[in-house]
Amino acid sequence: MVVTYGAQRALGPIDLEVPSGRRTVLIGPSGCGKSTLLRVLNGLVSPSAGTVRFDGAEVTPGSALAVRRRMGYVIQDGGLFPHLTARRNAALMARWLGRPAREVEARIEELADLVRLPRELLDRFPAQLSGGQRQRVSLMRALMLDPEVLLLDEPMGALDPIIRYELQEDLRAAFDKLGKTLVLVTHDIAEAWHFGHDLVLIRDGRIVQQGSLDDMVREPADPFVTRFLNAQRSPVTQ
Amino acid sequence: MTPARAGKTIAHFARAAARAAATTAARAATARAADGARGDARGMKRALILSGAGGSARAKRALILLLAAAGVAGCGERADVVVGSKKFTESVVLGDIAAQLVDAAGLEVEHRRELGGTRILWSALLAGEIDVYPEYTGTLREEILAGEATEGRAGLEQALARRGIRMTAPLGFNDSYAIGMREEVAEKLGIRTLSDLARRPEVVLGLSHEFMDRDDGWPSLKRRYHVAEREVRGLDHDLAYRALASGSIQATDLYTTDPQIKHYRLRVLEDDLHHFPPYDAVFLYRADLDPRAVAALGRLAGRVSGDEMIGMNARAMIDKVEEPVVAADFLMSDLGVSVEVETESRAGRILARTREHLILVLVSLLAAVLVSVPLGVVCARRPRVGQVVLGVVEAVQTIPSMALLVLLIPLLGIGALPALAAMFLYSLLPIVRSTATGLADVPPSLRESAAALGLPAGARLRLVELPIASRAILAGIKTSAVWNVAIATIGALIGAGGYGQPILTGIRLDDTALILEGAIPAAAMALALRGLFEIVERLVVPRGLRLRAAV
Repeated sequence: MVVTYGAQRALGPIDLEVPSGRRTVLIGPSGCGKSTLLRVLNGLVSPSAGTVRFDGAEVTPGSALAVRRRMGYVIQDGGLFPHLTARRNAALMARWLGRPAREVEARIEELADLVRLPRELLDRFPAQLSGGQRQRVSLMRALMLDPEVLLLDEPMGALDPIIRYELQEDLRAAFDKLGKTLVLVTHDIAEAWHFGHDLVLIRDGRIVQQGSLDDMVREPADPFVTRFLNAQRSPVTQ
Repeated sequence: MTPARAGKTIAHFARAAARAAATTAARAATARAADGARGDARGMKRALILSGAGGSARAKRALILLLAAAGVAGCGERADVVVGSKKFTESVVLGDIAAQLVDAAGLEVEHRRELGGTRILWSALLAGEIDVYPEYTGTLREEILAGEATEGRAGLEQALARRGIRMTAPLGFNDSYAIGMREEVAEKLGIRTLSDLARRPEVVLGLSHEFMDRDDGWPSLKRRYHVAEREVRGLDHDLAYRALASGSIQATDLYTTDPQIKHYRLRVLEDDLHHFPPYDAVFLYRADLDPRAVAALGRLAGRVSGDEMIGMNARAMIDKVEEPVVAADFLMSDLGVSVEVETESRAGRILARTREHLILVLVSLLAAVLVSVPLGVVCARRPRVGQVVLGVVEAVQTIPSMALLVLLIPLLGIGALPALAAMFLYSLLPIVRSTATGLADVPPSLRESAAALGLPAGARLRLVELPIASRAILAGIKTSAVWNVAIATIGALIGAGGYGQPILTGIRLDDTALILEGAIPAAAMALALRGLFEIVERLVVPRGLRLRAAV
């Protein structure tokens, strides 16, 4: 699979399989193409060569809408719609699909508990919520239709360390409970280690190494792997 | 209203508006059906013109229906006989006389007063927008039918008949150029005729610039009467009367039915050598005019003397008596026809004007919103097409309003329709631009989030992008609404009514109070619309967008 913008190759060639029920983390330096790769998965970006398959079927512009409804997607700033309350942000897609209001309400309360969002915040607008709260709502929106896959693009990238830590803990607990297939994009090794089963290190649009963090530390496929890991090592753990 | 209810999307607003438009259009369709063949033809014409306006087929259809509805709302069902008049007092009085006579004959009649100049009236008559209007034989020969053989009354009638137009017998007065002097000065010098004047070189002449330049004016008059070379002062026509009164000049050119002749007690010198062509007042009417109306107009043959016309002009212009009253008094005293004149109170008048003005503003605005928002969406989605759309809409904006109205008359006739079309065209730019900008300003991350949810493009636009852009779009609509209030005043020049009507009449009669009667409510309406939009903004712009920063 290859993605090009004009004459410039942004991504690929890449051959990647995301195993069902596992948590895969795409890591790499800024601009390496990991976010683009994530957007290829739900058809927001179409590959200029090669194919993307989901559940055995090819993702095409025609099937992208249906595929996206089976994949939740959360981006760095949450991407919440400012004109809708937290509740209506989360409910938007379900309501549009004509799900019964009572069913939607019940699902929202269930999800609020799952992501540990106080219910009284549900009728607030995004502008009235903190960054961490907005990410929790965004995750609720992504989980609304009970998708098989969750795609998270640096969902905690813009948060303060303490809030980030709390959210990481809560999300990990939620993911453990849900057991969904998950693809997380981050440039933070600690976060990758915290969430991921499989790590995929990407550099300049290509996969450098794929495997567990231990594999990467012990048997780096390339000097860059060691360099990337060392550059991110926390002073506290050193 | 709860906050949840208030947080409506603009889509709700648009749906409600579309429903209202459909209802109006349905009513209009019923009215048009009763309107007969002529109405159908006019409807066709509208449809043809509007097909060039662009936008989606649905928006176009809505616009056509809206304009058709407005045509009906603006002028009501067409009366049996429609009388027109030019925008000067004598023509308006004659129009009222004709209208009241036809009315007394039992026909339904409408007087479309103060419709601008000769060209507008003549083309409106040819197009069947009006059936009757007062004209002068001199104007017919020199202006309308210039260059054609129109010798004698028969020649004139033949030239008119070729166009399906007929002419009544002369009403009895001649509104021509003449030379006038103050009565006592003329008496003292013993001057009755132009020949007398030519023999008295000591009389100081002050002539209007136009009269001094015109071929049928001073140059030929001088030759005809063998006037010796003498000093002549050029001055403005309106100032000439004051100069006469003050004695700085002793004779000037005038229109023979100017009411100032009586007011300043002037003597009109007899054109004893028949230099000036006759400008006999007649009514022109369409050959298909109801015979009862023709008979009614026939009763005026030879019944309006010059003195009577001057007297009526004086009552209207100097004593500020309303033209319908002047006309009714004449019919009573001269023909024994009793007509009931409903003189509107000032409040009633303002109310009627407000209604007309409001219809003009709101209908054109609604049509513009229905077309501009989709056009704005196209601009935002397809930047290259958008450049063309914006270019065209901007070009329309640069056409001066008077020019646009005149351009629209051959296509849409006179009345509310061309005014609505002009206002509609002027309203496009602010709304198209604000919609395009508002949509372009929706953050890419939000557009992507909406797409990632699996919403199709239409739903993304309706549920996410338009609501987020609603504030910008509304600002554009507000700008158009306020402009429209101002532009609508110009519509009076082509018979659209509204606040422009008292302003126009006020200028004609030099009546400041009347001008303010149009200008003040227009300003008030602009302010009221601003206020209304503040409220609409609360209802339409979602509350989440009006919140400031995070807590």
